[in-house]
Amino acid sequence: MSIEDPIPRFAQFKLVLLGESAVGKSSIVHRFVKDSFDDLRESTIGAAFLTQTIKLANDTTVKFEIWDTAGQERYKSLAPMYYRNANCAVVVYDITQLASLERAKNWIKELQRQANADITIALTGNKLDLEAEREVSTGEAQQYAIDNGLLFCEVSAKTGDGIRDVFYRIAEQLPVEEQIRSTMSRSKPRINLNKPSTNTDQGCAC
Amino acid sequence: MDENYDVIVLGTGLTECVLSGLLSVEGKKVLHIDRQDFYGGESASLNLTQVYNKFAPTRKPDQSLGKDRDWCVDLIPKFLMASGELTNILVHTDVTRYVEFKQVTGSYVYRDGKIAKVPANEMEALKSPLMGIFEKRRMKKFLEFVAAYKEDEASTHAGFDFDKNTATEVFYKYGLESGTKDFIGHAMALWSKDDYLQEPFRQTYDRLTLYFDSMKKFGGGKSPYLYPLYGLGELPQGFARLSAIYGGTYMLDTPIDEILYEGEGEDKKFAGVVTKEGTARAPIVIADPTYFPDRVSKTGERVIRAMCILDHPIANTAESDSLQIIIPQNQVGRKNDIYIAVVSSAHNVCAKGHYLAIISTVCETDRPHIELDPAFKVIGQTKDVLMGISELYQPLDSGSKNGIYISKSYDPSSHFETTTDDIKDIYTRVTGKPLVLQKRATAEEEEALAAN
Ligand SMILES: Nc1nc2c(ncn2[C@@H]2O[C@H](COP(=O)(O)OP(=O)(O)O)[C@@H](O)[C@H]2O)c(=O)[nH]1
Ligand SMILES: [Mg+2]
Repeated sequence: MSIEDPIPRFAQFKLVLLGESAVGKSSIVHRFVKDSFDDLRESTIGAAFLTQTIKLANDTTVKFEIWDTAGQERYKSLAPMYYRNANCAVVVYDITQLASLERAKNWIKELQRQANADITIALTGNKLDLEAEREVSTGEAQQYAIDNGLLFCEVSAKTGDGIRDVFYRIAEQLPVEEQIRSTMSRSKPRINLNKPSTNTDQGCAC
Repeated sequence: MDENYDVIVLGTGLTECVLSGLLSVEGKKVLHIDRQDFYGGESASLNLTQVYNKFAPTRKPDQSLGKDRDWCVDLIPKFLMASGELTNILVHTDVTRYVEFKQVTGSYVYRDGKIAKVPANEMEALKSPLMGIFEKRRMKKFLEFVAAYKEDEASTHAGFDFDKNTATEVFYKYGLESGTKDFIGHAMALWSKDDYLQEPFRQTYDRLTLYFDSMKKFGGGKSPYLYPLYGLGELPQGFARLSAIYGGTYMLDTPIDEILYEGEGEDKKFAGVVTKEGTARAPIVIADPTYFPDRVSKTGERVIRAMCILDHPIANTAESDSLQIIIPQNQVGRKNDIYIAVVSSAHNVCAKGHYLAIISTVCETDRPHIELDPAFKVIGQTKDVLMGISELYQPLDSGSKNGIYISKSYDPSSHFETTTDDIKDIYTRVTGKPLVLQKRATAEEEEALAAN
């Protein structure tokens, strides 16, 4: 490889959403990926949007592989698979529902139990457009975030306010350089079931 | 939550989760419940605390075994055939986006007190230490015959009718020794008993073809098997996620307080369930045998499984990080084969430097742990051994009258082919049509769509 060759600077991270039902997790993903909001959208059936890339400074692309709960949070039925190898989490509460912040704190404890120790967590208060109905003060939630070393944002999936910010701030915290280095050196012993090999490395006459 | 569903599914074993996933993708409204607080039922992978609680409640795992969540111990040891039906279902439903697989490094067979690699093809057969020089040639001839066989070309049939001639007759023509028959029948066709010898060769031929296709599928000629990172418990979780994404509702840790019926006597049919969350109604229930103990019978087979924790690879396996060892029944004077499935930290199922060897067989005596002795000799020193015996169950009826469709217990076979047979069978009974897999868009294709 010559020195002039542009080295692709690309890193991929798994991002999980957590929080009580109806706080707006799916709406946040929808806003981030499609930049739209649908009041009546039932649920995320067959969720098509699973990834979104963002560009950082110095030509670095960060791709989020986004896992929405698919409703499995409702009766506390998220599988260990959900947390496995998650690099970052957006833990959502609804600023108009005091109880939803308590639930968010429980999800953060669950993350500390089940996820990687170095996971980046953003505590996110949603429905900022409903300021008049606010039950959770910014100060209280922010203090909790500071005490626990979490990012903190307030957003509205409905208006789009603050949404991009959540993901850019997470991206800034992620170990992008490390990830780029390790993907370049990593050997791939894993198998892609969708692409059976055609090149058997030993002559097989069967 | 008092609601109506198309189907209620009880138990989150692999069979139930695959069915939930398939039915949800087709637009059925599914409610899926498990009384336990983890996914997988009888086919779960458990962490250290969970396995010790289940199999050795009076003991504690040794400190040196490391962190609880480094361990995913399969309750049912099996591998996927690379060209088998489960792989097919995984690819078609794109559940592969949630589960990563690795090829199992080796497939070994026990002969005359030693283990040796099962030849991957007729070339390897010529090099195998399993046979003497003349026997190798006979074996090669036999494998060439199988590889060249074409259904519609009589010249390739060597005068046999696979639907009439027995396996014994075919083997006889190639003059194979009994030890060679053992490893063709048991380590390649993966029969666990010798009944196949008296049956038409067709099924043995199909099984050999599956073995060789699987061997070739991902190249390398290592083994025909695949295994998921983090253990087999990932499979039910992956299919449950598929179901949830298509609208399925999941409730773990939810015991069934009452089963509701309508009608009387002959006409008594399933109508719903009551749980702490309320009443859910559906005309159909799919369940594992534990949810309907009076609607299942024992098959008469009991399976013993010994989960052995090792801190060394198995001797004479080139330090393989994963392998299957088959001890054909004849070799140790039994009626049923003994299987050993070995996986390791390379699959993120145990702490670094450790190996998990799971020995299993059908019990033939009152002291089944003694029956496992030849396998213990093969695996060598163990750090700990946990044992369990499970009774196998099957449904009393087809379910078409009462709307209660019950799965079979996971049998002692070394792969998932019988499990997928059960899945397809239940699917057909429930929907009235055979399962035709439709390709779901892959992650890449969805992304391309979303970008437009
Ligand atoms: N006013 C307002 N409503 C929102 C906002 N985000 C989500 N919602 C609504 O809250 C409800 C639940 O949203 P959803 O995204 O399904 O929540 P999830 O269960 O956490 O995924 C829906 O009716 C949304 O339309 C927001 O920012 N503002
Ligand atoms: Mg949602």
